[in-house]
Amino acid sequence: MAQATSSPPEPLAEAAAPARRSYSADAAGLGRLRAGVFVAPALLLIAAFLVFPALWVLYLGLTNYRLTGLAAAEPRFVGPDNFLGAVSNPAFWNSTWLTVQFVLGSAVIGQVVLGFTIAWLLRDRRGPLRRLVEGLVILAWILPSAIVSFLWVALLDRDGGTLNALLGLPGFAWLLDHPMLSIIVFNTWRGTAFSMMLYGAALGNVPPSHLESARLAGASGRQQLRDVVFPHIRGHILTNLLLISLWTFNDFGPFLITAGGPDGKSEILAVHVYKVALQGGELGYGAAVSTVILLINLVVAVFYLRLLRSGR
Amino acid sequence: MALRKVAAVLAVAGLGLTGCGQSSGDGGGGIELTITQNAIAGGKNAVAAKHIAEWVIPKFVEAQKAKGKDVSVKFIPSGVDDEQYKTKLSLDLKSGKGADVIDIDGIWAGEFAEAGYIKPLAELVGPEADSWDGWAQIPEAVQGLATYDGKRYALPIGTDGRVLYFNKTLFAKAGLPADWQPKSWQEIVEAGDKLKSAGVPVPIQINAGTAMGEATTMQGVLPLLAGAGGEVQKDGKWTGASQPLKDVLGLYQQIYGAGLGDPKLQQEAKGRDKSFQQFAEGKIGILMEGDYFWRGVVNPKDGVAPMADRDQTVGYAMIPAKEPGAGIRGQDFVSMSGGALRTVNPNSKHPKEAFELLAFTLSSEALKEETKDGNVRITPRADVNKEILAGEPLLTYISEKALPLTAYRPPVAVYPQVSVALQEASAAVVGGTAPDQAAADYQKKLEGIVGGAGNIIAP
Repeated sequence: MAQATSSPPEPLAEAAAPARRSYSADAAGLGRLRAGVFVAPALLLIAAFLVFPALWVLYLGLTNYRLTGLAAAEPRFVGPDNFLGAVSNPAFWNSTWLTVQFVLGSAVIGQVVLGFTIAWLLRDRRGPLRRLVEGLVILAWILPSAIVSFLWVALLDRDGGTLNALLGLPGFAWLLDHPMLSIIVFNTWRGTAFSMMLYGAALGNVPPSHLESARLAGASGRQQLRDVVFPHIRGHILTNLLLISLWTFNDFGPFLITAGGPDGKSEILAVHVYKVALQGGELGYGAAVSTVILLINLVVAVFYLRLLRSGR
Repeated sequence: MALRKVAAVLAVAGLGLTGCGQSSGDGGGGIELTITQNAIAGGKNAVAAKHIAEWVIPKFVEAQKAKGKDVSVKFIPSGVDDEQYKTKLSLDLKSGKGADVIDIDGIWAGEFAEAGYIKPLAELVGPEADSWDGWAQIPEAVQGLATYDGKRYALPIGTDGRVLYFNKTLFAKAGLPADWQPKSWQEIVEAGDKLKSAGVPVPIQINAGTAMGEATTMQGVLPLLAGAGGEVQKDGKWTGASQPLKDVLGLYQQIYGAGLGDPKLQQEAKGRDKSFQQFAEGKIGILMEGDYFWRGVVNPKDGVAPMADRDQTVGYAMIPAKEPGAGIRGQDFVSMSGGALRTVNPNSKHPKEAFELLAFTLSSEALKEETKDGNVRITPRADVNKEILAGEPLLTYISEKALPLTAYRPPVAVYPQVSVALQEASAAVVGGTAPDQAAADYQKKLEGIVGGAGNIIAP
């Protein structure tokens, strides 16, 4: 999963801060040409694996390309039809709305709140309890998706599910009656580890002396959090939100649990694209939807980056 | 440090090379072939997987050796839903890869042919394809499954038919006869009512919804549509929100709206597998399925939901028309047939040898071996069927009673998309939409799929 390629949050936050000293334009003394040679391999890689595929998807979105049939052999250029089709398709908007629910529910509320709460409660603890809690949370994060989703299907199944056996509710169809709730809880459980570890590290950076002075001044726990802790870790919170919002937005994991069903009630955008492009075979239309998703991702990223900048 | 890294890289590369060396067969210069089916040992279609791995491959290799050819064959198993198998296969074929010999559902032939994923056998293999001695044994209707635009794209693997299965134990409890044969839809619903009052959890299971994919269309909408006198496509025009379709959706509403069926089973991601399981556990009274259900699902030996007492407990009946005489061609009873195909991948490096392997799997010798020990199915060959069907009551029943009045799906590339629209219509009705509304929505989708209202018969 994409979560493995996490970058530490500090550089982002630092980069957002206005330069405190002014550097010379050519600090390394390489000159324009040699500097160009140095960055060329990186730029080529980005061009080959990022820019080209993005442009290719944009192009495919303008054709009637299909997985099978005549349009697979001879795709035709259809202009903006796919894009117009997407924005006038209620299924697309339904998926977008479900994705917003999924991101807000499982990432912004679920993972951030739960991750911070665990990190806050464990901040001064050492010993077996802390190791146990952290171990369990991280285990949920590192297990392979296929295994985890099988376990969750076994947990939530309506006939032989473990949860129904525990609650004494035989026949209660969690995945059919509450598909969104199921995948939101699942994804919260699955991804909390990242937020927990990030906030754990961030809380370690809050100077103990500040907290001590706040306590001496008679600040309650909530006041300490609001006035001492949050200002210190604001950059971490926003960076974390940016990363997990984007991951969750593009997450395909729920497909393994509900397959987008029943009748599209948990068909988030990533699943929607898979269904129309590969199961339905409409590669052109799927590419158009992917392009729209790319744009939404950009908007979300710009929103968070602006928030990060404005704070300093 | 750096040296050690280089050594490690070399070691890994070396492993990779030896790995490749092994998979390319032990004889240098030998011909390697691969064959794939949606079958896997211990899972889906386990018998077929076993037959290929343990009989076809050794025998074929041996026969080739006798001819002085060094051939090795590898079976690539798969055990997933048919829709997923299709996605995987089309991606393989699109990227110029895939096994040399592949199985496809007959109904994919059109779209695969138009995409260039499969080629006419005569073009790909040569005159051997048309001079294959098996053709003489294959009935015309079954040959038609493998033909697209007048050209043979594959060899048919067999055909099938659909009937109503019922649980005789539950029927006895509800006071229904063991030789039940409904003559109208109304009689199915009445039987469902009796089963319900006798406490059967799921009286009737007729597939609906999108989760079951083509199984909804083939074992649900289409047999019912044929029973209402409708065809999904007739003389090149598609049927829109016609009265027969409204009747079909009305029956769905009658069953799932009144608690005679389990609507949730139609929505679950693994609903079809679950319905098999529940039938085997004696929770479902009546179930509409193909002969695959008898052979591959409740088969006491190696079905996916085996029933030890299948032969005593499971009854079967013809699918009735809405009312006697109301079916297509004025029939009292209806069925639907399809069939899988086996063909040579156009990307194969050895199309001639691949065709030999393909033809070998459908030789009368191989088919008899495949179908022995209670694994009888309706093969494409009349000579083999005559011998093997005799001892198998259900398959004899299907080949004698269902096949003469069966119908086939339109063999056109756009059919699978129409099928999805039909599944969505049934899903809507099971979810509570009125049949007329669902039929109207279907017609609207159909217009988009088949290129405008001009290709649709006005209701």
